[in-house]
Amino acid sequence: MSPHDHDHEPHPYQPDIEDAPFTERMVMAQAVEELLIEKGVFTADQMRAQIESVDSRTPAMGAQVIARAWTDPEFKARLLEDVNAATEELGIDAGHIPIRAVENTEDVHNVIVCTLCSCYPRLLIGLPPDWYKSRAYRSRTIKEPRTVLSEFGTELPEDIEVRVHDSTADLRYMVLPRRPDGTDGWDEEALQGLVTRDSMIGVSLPKSPD
Amino acid sequence: MSDLEFQNGDRVRVHTWYPPGHVRTPYFIRGCNGTVIGCAGVYENPEKLAYGQDAEHRPLYRVQFKQADVWQDYQGPEQDTLVVDIYEHWLEPDT
Repeated sequence: MSPHDHDHEPHPYQPDIEDAPFTERMVMAQAVEELLIEKGVFTADQMRAQIESVDSRTPAMGAQVIARAWTDPEFKARLLEDVNAATEELGIDAGHIPIRAVENTEDVHNVIVCTLCSCYPRLLIGLPPDWYKSRAYRSRTIKEPRTVLSEFGTELPEDIEVRVHDSTADLRYMVLPRRPDGTDGWDEEALQGLVTRDSMIGVSLPKSPD
Repeated sequence: MSDLEFQNGDRVRVHTWYPPGHVRTPYFIRGCNGTVIGCAGVYENPEKLAYGQDAEHRPLYRVQFKQADVWQDYQGPEQDTLVVDIYEHWLEPDT
């Protein structure tokens, strides 16, 4: 008996990608892509490789950078000065778009948003989550950051400053979270496990060591 | 960079211009007063670059605003702030 020879209700139908309407912009994008390849600007394999390279970036790369900054004060100083140069020391090519790290302290909690589009340090921490690109996150984070943070489960004391960074132009931002208490003596690898994507966007704190 | 119009600590105001086209100054910050906290470098003016025109280089500043100065009905504590990257030609001294 094959798995589908049973007689319960039919499974819900899973749509194919092609079932969504093919919009004018999708037609344009495909036309441009085909023209660039036909005219020899780049090959189909080069385009595929570039997509693969971007897709291979993950928050784990960012976590590696943060854990190094937590354990090496001189590296941290270089990171706050120039993220792209500092990450090269770890063999990470963060691309040519300048990234700025903003440091959380006892007094300041930083949050990142791009109100105009969806600027994000993709080459360092991977593609942004869908909610980061949503109109709700982009419009609300800028004017009611504490409410947005509490919806992410992050309650901050009233007496610290919440500082929202809008990446409107040529910079990308990442948050350097505070090293969690109770991690004295932890090595870099263990610390990496506490750094999450959301803590580098600033909507959350790193995992607690317990 | 000695030819910068603004220095750290300078009080500035964002122009209330509404030109058409590709502009990287968000609507909500136009007309607001803030403080320069750094220059993030010099970049080709995106307002021209977006259209394939010769784009001159413009300094980009990191400008900090008090939330309460941006949103009259801001609900959070008074020390909360907002940092927006703004090109030099969008800023004037706050006198």
